Amino acid sequence: MNRALALQVGYLARRSIIRTLRQPAAVVFPLLFPVLLLAVNSGGLRAETRLPGFPTNSFLAFALAVPFIQGGLFATGNAGIDLAKDIQTGFLNRLALTPMRGIALLAGELGGVMTLALVQGLFYLSIGLVFGVRLKSGIAGGLVLILLAAVIALGFAAFGAYAALRTGSTEAVNGLFPLFFVFLFISSMNIPRNLMGTTWFRWLATINPVSYLIEGVRSLVITGWDGEALGLAFGIGLGVVVAGFGLAAAALPQRMART
Amino acid sequence: MNVRQLFDVARAVAWRQLHNALTNPVIFLPSLAFPLLNFAAFAGGLSKVRQVPGFTFAGSYTAFQFVFVLLQSAAFSGVFSGFGVARDFETGFTRRLLLAAPNRIGLVLGYAIASAVRWLITAAIITVVAFAVGMRVGGSGVDLFGLYALALLVNFAGTLWATGVAMRIRSQQAGPVMQMPVFLALFFAPVYVPLDLLRGWIHAVARANPLTPVLEAARGLVSGEPTQTLISFGVGAALVAGFALWALGGLRRAEAAG
Repeated sequence: MNRALALQVGYLARRSIIRTLRQPAAVVFPLLFPVLLLAVNSGGLRAETRLPGFPTNSFLAFALAVPFIQGGLFATGNAGIDLAKDIQTGFLNRLALTPMRGIALLAGELGGVMTLALVQGLFYLSIGLVFGVRLKSGIAGGLVLILLAAVIALGFAAFGAYAALRTGSTEAVNGLFPLFFVFLFISSMNIPRNLMGTTWFRWLATINPVSYLIEGVRSLVITGWDGEALGLAFGIGLGVVVAGFGLAAAALPQRMART
Repeated sequence: MNVRQLFDVARAVAWRQLHNALTNPVIFLPSLAFPLLNFAAFAGGLSKVRQVPGFTFAGSYTAFQFVFVLLQSAAFSGVFSGFGVARDFETGFTRRLLLAAPNRIGLVLGYAIASAVRWLITAAIITVVAFAVGMRVGGSGVDLFGLYALALLVNFAGTLWATGVAMRIRSQQAGPVMQMPVFLALFFAPVYVPLDLLRGWIHAVARANPLTPVLEAARGLVSGEPTQTLISFGVGAALVAGFALWALGGLRRAEAAG
């Protein structure tokens, strides 16, 4: 990366981080809501650990993976909404008149989201540790977990940015959010796939890439070092990043056109 | 109080709310999609939970979760109606309504009627889907009538709660304030397993949660083994009465705010 590009990314990333931190609702809600859902589910579904073949006797450890993915979903909304606001307010049009490069815009705009994703990851991990979860993969596993969570958040955020660039509307980006939640719900978030009794649901969960993201994070918590689960999770996560950035980069020239 | 004026205002408000909701998919679809999504995730994904030792419900896990989703849709239909009230305040429409309406209590009644009709449409779709995926009902026609009546009480309670919040905050930013307590009250009830299978803090919270007897009674009605039915109707009626006072208090605040 040359110096000018690094400078452009730096300026926009700084602006993005400050803007994120100045919106308490954008910070607090993504932190608290997944933890609340974790508390509710780990209490309500604790009996599930008595099913033969359930991989752990702690449902909290089993479910700890879910907030990391939910945090990624919130990143979609945050990244998309911030960029859509910049489009609606004309900020992007003004940027288009400067020598700012498109890639700098995308990378910089996602700075705030990635900062939040990092904070989220550390927060969720701390919550798990405080309530007695011990990572089977140890301290190094914790670092890999945070890295995987960041990759997932970046991928989802890139899709949020794509939606914003395509539509230029905060409402449209908000509308995308429930769609991503479908992927979360129809996954192995609450039960291992081999214990799903309903065939059609197991089939949907198996073709759903989010299941593998969850299982990758989960493997670090309850299994240890599972190369297959981690390979699939990082592979899919990086695939989402490449696809999201590719789509966003393709949509960018039209939005940055000097008209 | 002029009853005719009350119902005239309620009818007009209800018609407008329903027209807005049913002609705008962005407004109606989320209130339909979320219960269906939960139904798929819970009844489909967690069906093996029925095999946990000590799971005492007489019917299938689909029926067990259908009841929760029905009550959830009822409560959230009320919350989504509250979003509409807040939106009307932001656009200034409600202020004009407050000036024009000869009986302002009719506004609250209108919102409640619209929310109930909206929920009945959602409930009909959820019911069709539940039967389509093989739900079996052990209860009689009277039991099922009781189930929907109980859910209707939950809908009124949810609407009146959300309307009270919307009339106090008068901004769409009130959304999380409307949603979160309802979400917590619903999910701190025995959602996935019967109350006896809950352990620790969640059991204590579920026992104290007023929605727990409502949920258990509704499950009893669908399985044909009614339990706590009278108590649950009492709780439902008390929630409606309490939140009606809350909503009317909100109306007074909105009037005072001008």
